[in-house]
Amino acid sequence: MLTALATPQSVLVLGATSDIATAVLDRLARNAPLERIVLAGRAGAHRDAEVARAGALTTPTGRVEVVDFDALSPEDSGPALEAVFDAGDIDVVILAFGVLPSESDAHDPAAAAAAATVNFTGAVYALTLVGERTRRQGHGTVVVLSSVAGERPRRSNYLYGATKAGLDAFATGLGDALHGTGVSVLVVRPGFVHTKMTSGMAPAPLSVRPEAVADAVVGHLGRGSRTLWVPRTMRPVMSLLRHLPRPVFRRLPI
Amino acid sequence: MTRERLSGWGRGSWSVSDVTHPGTVEAVSAALSTARRGVDRSSRGVLVRGLGRSYGDAAMNAGGHVLRLDAFDSIGPIAEDGTVSVGAGTSLHALLAHAVPLGWFPPVTPGTQHVTIGGAVSADVHGKNHHRDGSLGAHLTHVDLVTGEGTPRRLLPGEAAFDTVVGGMGLAGAILEVGLRLRRIESATMTVHTTRTPDLDATMDQLRADDARHRYTVAWVDTLARGTSLGRGVVTSGDHAPASDDGATGLSAYRSRALLGAPPWLPSGLLTHSRMRLFNEAVYRRAPARPTVTMGSIPSFFHPLDVVSNWNRAYGRAGFVQYQFATPDPDLVAEAIVTLQHAGVDGFLAVLKRFGPSASGPLSFPTPGWTLTLDIPAERSVAPVLDRLDQRVAESGGRTYFAKDGRMRPQFVTTMYPRLDEWREQRARLDPHDVFASDLSRRLKLC
Repeated sequence: MLTALATPQSVLVLGATSDIATAVLDRLARNAPLERIVLAGRAGAHRDAEVARAGALTTPTGRVEVVDFDALSPEDSGPALEAVFDAGDIDVVILAFGVLPSESDAHDPAAAAAAATVNFTGAVYALTLVGERTRRQGHGTVVVLSSVAGERPRRSNYLYGATKAGLDAFATGLGDALHGTGVSVLVVRPGFVHTKMTSGMAPAPLSVRPEAVADAVVGHLGRGSRTLWVPRTMRPVMSLLRHLPRPVFRRLPI
Repeated sequence: MTRERLSGWGRGSWSVSDVTHPGTVEAVSAALSTARRGVDRSSRGVLVRGLGRSYGDAAMNAGGHVLRLDAFDSIGPIAEDGTVSVGAGTSLHALLAHAVPLGWFPPVTPGTQHVTIGGAVSADVHGKNHHRDGSLGAHLTHVDLVTGEGTPRRLLPGEAAFDTVVGGMGLAGAILEVGLRLRRIESATMTVHTTRTPDLDATMDQLRADDARHRYTVAWVDTLARGTSLGRGVVTSGDHAPASDDGATGLSAYRSRALLGAPPWLPSGLLTHSRMRLFNEAVYRRAPARPTVTMGSIPSFFHPLDVVSNWNRAYGRAGFVQYQFATPDPDLVAEAIVTLQHAGVDGFLAVLKRFGPSASGPLSFPTPGWTLTLDIPAERSVAPVLDRLDQRVAESGGRTYFAKDGRMRPQFVTTMYPRLDEWREQRARLDPHDVFASDLSRRLKLC
């Protein structure tokens, strides 16, 4: 359970190699080292590197655990994820996995569907499992990394935007459904974030570093379910963009 | 059964539990039999919650079952030697209202009267008379409880099981009734000696001196004062006034009620550093420059914070944490105050007291030496500072208080409470199926 200072003891990260998730763990550990960090993701060198990093974020009696998780076939990880909760309470869950489809993916039906499976369907599976277990715990905070891209589909990345729109709606609804159960869902809508996922791309206006997202997340723990825009100015900016007439919006160079 | 969102008095963390109010021993046993965590791994266990005055998560059980024993609120006849049987759900407030007019007083009372007797025994509470009379557990004739197996049992002082339950934070059994030994009093008035002390040495010297002369002693300390004024304060010491004293109020005139209610929500940030300094300055200046002797009422002497009901709301939504430690090392008191000042952490409403010999329970908090208590607004940035203090407290041979703690890490518990394993063994005999659990026990890995 979050302590009286809103610091967690145990964290489950779904999407172990996410730069944003790493930044959140760092920020949490700076306030209070963690007793238990569970990293769920695809096996490989990247995940191993994150496991090694996480070792420095725990207390002397703390531990880092690893779970194989692939959002393309999330049901394979079902038993392992249930076992994570069986072994002890999880205070904070961070859902940080996702792919940014390339230009060519959008034209390939199989690749496009796979991107939707990872970003949306995989998240539905994971969030349903996590929602059930945290509800039974009587406490918990689920952090879901959505995106401003989900607020209105843009012709330049409508596939990614659509998967995030679905994720956002699911997570927001879940937060409302869990109201009164002691579980909060934090839906985070960052703009452009400088991460591995966006490396090489020209940054959009109002871009931020993962640390800014981490600060916003950690600052809102213990304050109930809500939607967070990072940076905060993204909220009025997106509101404006959402209300532009379609013929105008369609012609914007974004 | 209602699903309720529960917190501690500091309102810093919340969790949801199913709450019931069993009215009979059988109903309590039945509730316990459905929550055997040792048998059903998915069960979240049971916890008895009193009036929720513990500051952290001691009276919370996320995802589990919480019992309220308000139905167990009887007060038996008071025998000639002051012994009385009291239901565990009886509040100290109710006991005082009943007993004081009859010329009896609780042997130990904490800073608020709004605690249940069961809760007070589970936390083995101490009061301003600890240096002379010890903690509440030393004044009991028996504890009746229902064990984890659902069996009613009477525990007597001197038994290992008794020492496991007293101070056991509700984790070893559901207390239903307690036998107390009350103290005879002649009036509803206290003779109060007030002395202003210019620095920490003077405050501690005055406490040492007053402990030898008075039954009840405590010091308010200005933890924001620096330099030569570090640790300045006001020492108040008192005794029950005999009936013959001028100004002594008759027992039948005893009244105790809250005078004001704080508003339901105040914006956080009401208590700024400069406002706290003003408050402390006012308290210090208001105390007489020379030592005085006055008559005071029982509520104003023992329970000043009860005067404003729900005073914890004054800190706004962010809540606050209370930090209380006991240490055999007097130097740690100065070190703690200085550490907080250097870190820019405002300790407020600080109280200092000397502890006498300790009780026999392995998890009983008081240890001979000094105890300092402070309120700190709950901000994340405070976490590393308090972690550091925990380490220094543990290193000094001291400990923090489970009834106040809502954020300590488990790694310090075994050093602070060296008899923890002994307590776990005895607890397992009372609760072999691991029925009792709390958010505190999960956070600190007590059992």
